[in-house]
Amino acid sequence: MTATADTYPHYTAAYEAQSPEVAETLRALRNRGWDAFSQLGLPTARRGNEPWKYTNVAPIAREAFAHPQPMPVEDGIVTLDDVRAAAPWHAGWHTFVFVDGVFAPHLSSGGEIAESSGIVIAPLADTIHAERGASVSLLGELARPEDDGFVALNTAFVRDGMGIDVPVDGDAGVVNVVYLTTGREQPRVTHPRIIVSAQRNSRATVIETYVGPDDTRYFTNAVAEIHVHEGARVEHYRLLMDGMDAYHVGTSRVIQHRDSGFSSGAISRGAALGRNDFSVTLIGAGAECTLNGLYLTVGNQHMDNYINIDHTEPNGTSRMFYKGILDGQSRAIFGGNVTVREGAQKTDAQQTDKNLLLSEQAEVDSKPSLLIYADDVKCGHGATAGHIDLDTVFYMQSRGLDLPTVSRILIHAFASEIIDTVALVPLREYLDEQFQNAIPDVDITLPIGGR
Amino acid sequence: MTTANQTDTPILEVKDLHVSIDGQEILRGVDLTVRPGEVHAIMGPNGSGKSTLANTLAGRPEYTVTSGKVLYNGADLLKMQPEDRAREGMFLAFQYPIELPGVRAWQFLKAAIDAKRVHQGEEEMGAREFDRLLRSKVEEVEIDPELVRRSVNEGFSGGEKKRNEVLQMALLEPKLALLDETDSGLDIDALRIVSDGVNRLRRPDNAAVVVTHYQRILNYIKPDYVHVLVDGRIALSGGPELAEQLEARGYDWVREGVDAASG
Ligand SMILES: Nc1ncnc2c1ncn2[C@@H]1O[C@H](COP(=O)(O)OP(=O)(O)O)[C@@H](O)[C@H]1O
Ligand SMILES: [Mg+2]
Repeated sequence: MTATADTYPHYTAAYEAQSPEVAETLRALRNRGWDAFSQLGLPTARRGNEPWKYTNVAPIAREAFAHPQPMPVEDGIVTLDDVRAAAPWHAGWHTFVFVDGVFAPHLSSGGEIAESSGIVIAPLADTIHAERGASVSLLGELARPEDDGFVALNTAFVRDGMGIDVPVDGDAGVVNVVYLTTGREQPRVTHPRIIVSAQRNSRATVIETYVGPDDTRYFTNAVAEIHVHEGARVEHYRLLMDGMDAYHVGTSRVIQHRDSGFSSGAISRGAALGRNDFSVTLIGAGAECTLNGLYLTVGNQHMDNYINIDHTEPNGTSRMFYKGILDGQSRAIFGGNVTVREGAQKTDAQQTDKNLLLSEQAEVDSKPSLLIYADDVKCGHGATAGHIDLDTVFYMQSRGLDLPTVSRILIHAFASEIIDTVALVPLREYLDEQFQNAIPDVDITLPIGGR
Repeated sequence: MTTANQTDTPILEVKDLHVSIDGQEILRGVDLTVRPGEVHAIMGPNGSGKSTLANTLAGRPEYTVTSGKVLYNGADLLKMQPEDRAREGMFLAFQYPIELPGVRAWQFLKAAIDAKRVHQGEEEMGAREFDRLLRSKVEEVEIDPELVRRSVNEGFSGGEKKRNEVLQMALLEPKLALLDETDSGLDIDALRIVSDGVNRLRRPDNAAVVVTHYQRILNYIKPDYVHVLVDGRIALSGGPELAEQLEARGYDWVREGVDAASG
């Protein structure tokens, strides 16, 4: 404990300052998190630490982030217009907005859910307090604090978040969770937590969006745990739209049972330092998993995608398809790992990562890997990184398009291969607009690709 | 005065053009004058520099003009950016059209039309008006309407790509159309459509340069002049009858003539 207090005095003080007047389940969970954090600390040592090989988290560890006491989100600090400008939104969705980690009911909307349906979609603070929904008891089962320092830290500070519990054959519709950090006060950290339990043959769509101001250093340390039971279908989107000076570490853990379907779109555009640690384990036969991703990095941004799919049972299908657009001196990592265990015969797994480099200084480490222990499988992987093709540029110029227009069209076209996979129309439109606005101006008069 | 001048000005004047790629000289002194209303055919064996000429005129950056002059409507073409050449009415139908994955044909073609209109001081075209125009051109060049709903040229067959070039040409109504072997690899049907496309554009105030390896397309597009490009020079020029001669005798006799002349 003393070592932790020395290395992380602010976290220690904040942990000790948390009110003990909370539900017993929550207190036990926080204790478990803090014990693990005391053992693990943050993964600052990178030697031999494969998951963190390319990302230095020392800046996150160094910074003294405040854990402000929860305060009600007064009217006026954030308006619904702010939310709708920053995040995807639709009147037909269940939208839950959290401001600086605290649920903001006046910004949230969506249809009432009949008690009789058994569907629970509610802020964790409520469900923990009311001991409602099976999801609370599941916290820490997939994202185990003992395995990861950031998960441990999140667990030690669990205060609020989303609990989504969909009973057998239920349909939760679209749950839109928006985490908004404001520029109020000093650099602050929030620890958003999401737990989804989709019971047998149920359905749910979950969107997580992280947004905040560009001129404030803050830290979002988010953890999501998603249980997809037999025959259930979960569609999931994770939008890392944090401010350009923010740190964001996202840990997502998914478990899929027999014949279930899980699809995810992980889109990142924000944060000075971003991490998307996404793991799916297919422990039931015949499960299908699609993980799509798109990352855009500019300036000095650093984005680390660490994506794992683990097949343990036969007849599973998985598709991992990530694309990156890099400009400036930015750096991105795609560490994609697919493991096919001995029992996972007839697995069909593909992983692909494609990168578009817009400057000579941008750098991507694309490392797809397959670990196959079964002999009757269909697996493939591929990675590419290239510049805008000059023959293509000339073709478009010869149709009257100037270079800024050409680069915008080509970058947008590259991104649209992922954005177009988003089935929810309002979300697709939001993403398309976000990317249109974020496309950097590229000077392609410079010989790109060195001809 | 100005009007008279304009009608007298050739659309294209190429004077002693030398072009190198990667330091290697490909065009070694090309002269060519194209006046309004004319169709010129440029023939020649593979590797003689036909595509180099067409691409240099369109402004391909890696083709370096080492000497010579090109006037387009009386202005110095070589000072113009490729997109400005296009906006001023030049159109190159590529020998190998490029695939643009993720770029919707509709968006691309509208951007091309609008670029030209804005350059001419006009408004961008309304979406409905463009829709109508595109539909009529799609019918005109008998292209599968499904193709313009897809990404530009992506997964198109060779013939579909060539038709798509002709569609773009029909939409943009160029003042000077450069067709680089648009006839290669086409069946008779497609050949007729490509030729109809060129013939439909024929007007007293514009012109076309048809680059071809074969005489076949010249049965459909009647050229006013035929030039034979050999080893980066125009070795021979004549009327339409020259094309038939080439068809019958091949290119070797022209080459032999050039070799004999150059010593
Ligand atoms: N991009 C290029 N890089 C290097 N050499 C080229 C390039 N394009 C053409 N060439 C060379 O220039 C010569 C003329 O080619 P090209 O103009 O394509 O001939 P044609 O169209 O008459 O068949 C050939 O020897 C060809 O190899
Ligand atoms: Mg050629």
